[in-house]
Amino acid sequence: MRAVRLIVTAAAAVAALTAVTACTAKSDAKGGDDAIRVTAADTSCDTSAKTVPAGQVTLKIENKGSRATEVEIVFPDGRIVSEKENIGSGTKYTLTAEVKAGAYEIACRPGMKGHGVRQKLTVTGGKAAKRDPQLDRAVAEYRQYAQDQADDTIPLVEKFADAIKAGDLDAAKKAYAPSRLGWERTEPIAESFGDIDPKTDTRADGLEQGQKWTGWHRLEKSLWADKKITATDKQLADELVTDLKDWQLRVGKAEITPTSMANGAKELLDEVATGKVTGEEDRYSHTDLSDFKGNVEGAQKAYELLKPVAAKNDPALTGELDKQFAALDTLLDKYRTDKNSYDFVSYDKVTKDQRKELSDAVNALAEPLSKLAAAVVK
Amino acid sequence: MTENQSTAPQGDSAPSRRALIGWGGAGLAFGAVAAGGAMAAARSGGDDPVPAAESGGAVPFHGTHQAGVATPVQDRLHFAAFDVKTDDRAEFVRMLKDWTDAARRMTAGDTVGDGAYGGVAEAPPDDTGEALGLKPSRLTLTIGFGPSFFEHFGLADRRPEALVDLPRFPGDNLDRGRTGGDLCVQACADDPQVAVHAIRNLARIGFGKVAIRWSQLGFGKTSSTTPDAQTPRNLMGFKDGTRNIAGTETGRLDRFVWAADSDHGPKSAWMTAGSYLVARRIRMNIETWDRTSLQEQEDVFGRSKGEGAPAGRAKEHDAPFLKAMKPDAHVRLAHPDSNDGVTILRRGYSFTDGTDGLGRLEAGLFFLAYQRDPRKGFIPLQRRLSATDALNEYIQHVGSAVFAVPPGVRDKGDWWGRTLFSEEA
Repeated sequence: MRAVRLIVTAAAAVAALTAVTACTAKSDAKGGDDAIRVTAADTSCDTSAKTVPAGQVTLKIENKGSRATEVEIVFPDGRIVSEKENIGSGTKYTLTAEVKAGAYEIACRPGMKGHGVRQKLTVTGGKAAKRDPQLDRAVAEYRQYAQDQADDTIPLVEKFADAIKAGDLDAAKKAYAPSRLGWERTEPIAESFGDIDPKTDTRADGLEQGQKWTGWHRLEKSLWADKKITATDKQLADELVTDLKDWQLRVGKAEITPTSMANGAKELLDEVATGKVTGEEDRYSHTDLSDFKGNVEGAQKAYELLKPVAAKNDPALTGELDKQFAALDTLLDKYRTDKNSYDFVSYDKVTKDQRKELSDAVNALAEPLSKLAAAVVK
Repeated sequence: MTENQSTAPQGDSAPSRRALIGWGGAGLAFGAVAAGGAMAAARSGGDDPVPAAESGGAVPFHGTHQAGVATPVQDRLHFAAFDVKTDDRAEFVRMLKDWTDAARRMTAGDTVGDGAYGGVAEAPPDDTGEALGLKPSRLTLTIGFGPSFFEHFGLADRRPEALVDLPRFPGDNLDRGRTGGDLCVQACADDPQVAVHAIRNLARIGFGKVAIRWSQLGFGKTSSTTPDAQTPRNLMGFKDGTRNIAGTETGRLDRFVWAADSDHGPKSAWMTAGSYLVARRIRMNIETWDRTSLQEQEDVFGRSKGEGAPAGRAKEHDAPFLKAMKPDAHVRLAHPDSNDGVTILRRGYSFTDGTDGLGRLEAGLFFLAYQRDPRKGFIPLQRRLSATDALNEYIQHVGSAVFAVPPGVRDKGDWWGRTLFSEEA
């Protein structure tokens, strides 16, 4: 948890992404000849035009498939320009967006899941920003990773909430740490929205005056410190699910750039250094090492995706990062019996010397990781 | 902790008046000061002395010996002990070279690497920036290698004979978190921010290769800043800054401080022109000391509190008459005459790390002593003091370390530890 994140604005400055004002409208605007007809089916996504001039673009969508679908206009890096969810089988919808020159894709996602079927869309006129396809790919894959993490988190957090609502203390305790993993892996993205993190991941010490304490850590306190589940807790469990579903819906629209990915990786290590190594994050449950592992995995994912570019610019740096990621992984493995389990030693059982060792390993990784962004944009 | 023989400092300003008074006027290691006083005044000369400490100038980094040993003592200290975190010898040597380069720059008042601003916007700056605009402040950076360092990189046979593990002394209550270390860097400067900046930036360069094990900040006004002022006092209120070895006394330095070829076998020849550093964190029981009667305080030290005169004498600088002191008086026990002439060069600093959990001042002396061989310096001295010193009731040794301090970095192509890592040494 962290109160304020600058990832979005900071990233935007560097990104040189084509600026876009997007809006969805339940418009029956006369698309006329300019409109792109999008015919979505279960396995296809046909578009009537591949090239349009910059300005307002209209998609006339028809879902001929058997399931509800979702249609999006996306940047090459996976960011959504505009979208319409839940277009029912056999229904039509018109989507408009303001688009500057550049390369885009139109994605149909039958069942509103997965990568979907995609068609290229080139918007001409004006000056398109220069893009590095390799980096675009890295960002797109990272966005997909973040989306997957959010998608996978929902059932886990529902399980956690269900246990609380059933008043099952033990089951709720068991479900707590796993429900956080996907979030911890992609925390900088979640925090970039500004309004979700305070509701879901605030610790007691992070509360602002007048702020109601909600989210994971409030429930953590009930389960471990108060050792009872109240009616309020059951309500909070539902709110947590609602807030995380909001996150799930918004991940696709997060502004992600190669720089913000690299800095996000470093920020994940910062999270570890300031909150997990000290045992502050999960002070009641002592499940800090599970969060720790999630942060490191998320950082490593971002790094691996950027590595091909970074390795060209600064091979010494990527060599060092490979080494330090491996060293930290090895160290963390000592605290779980099964390499595939996220069942880690309770952090209150981790000695001062062991915490120092973990802290040293985090510093050893975070210092070179702070140089990744520069190596990517070099 | 010892009474060192009086010296005749050189220089026409004749600073002997102030230079050479130890803890309580005699004894103890609690003196960080005398060498600095002598040097500063010697430089200034004339009727209107300008103390060197206030010049904010730079101390040369290159030399036969490392700076920070015989260098006039600066006002402030940041001392850091590190542990080695890599098995890769080449990587560690690369770090030593990077450290040397950074140290060379920082002691000259420059920033590390590409500086603190103006670089790539996406990358953190090389230098952390808090020393921008500050003078070099006579910063010295001094490196040392501890006994455990030689368990790394296949260097076991190069561990000098003189670099022994310190024995346990009676009364020791050592905190593991403040004891030992594979290597150390002593940063001394007249501006505390300059010293802290230096350690912080070296630690940053070292991440992944070394990790700080413990560190200590120190202060303690030295006579070099105010040549005409009286001898400074330690936190027990007694005059401090004994008959230390002055930086100008090359004869005594060679005799007591610098390791010579004849001291060791060829495997340890890399230590020639180096020295051995003992660091002890000595906690003072400030509150109980303050409740002690004046008579007892003076008896414990063997000096008067006001003037600092040895027991039975009138003036601070009168030669001590040891038999006039109580048998367990600190000055008497620490005096070279009681220790077969044992002499060490002291550079200690006072410290106050706030208060402890019981509301007591967490304060004392961070003792630093350089010597040619600890087996003939600190160890016999401390054996004697720890057994019988009346002061022991009011102090406790809570941290301890010993390091082999290699010779100086000769020139721009040279680096810290080269003589240890290169066969040519």
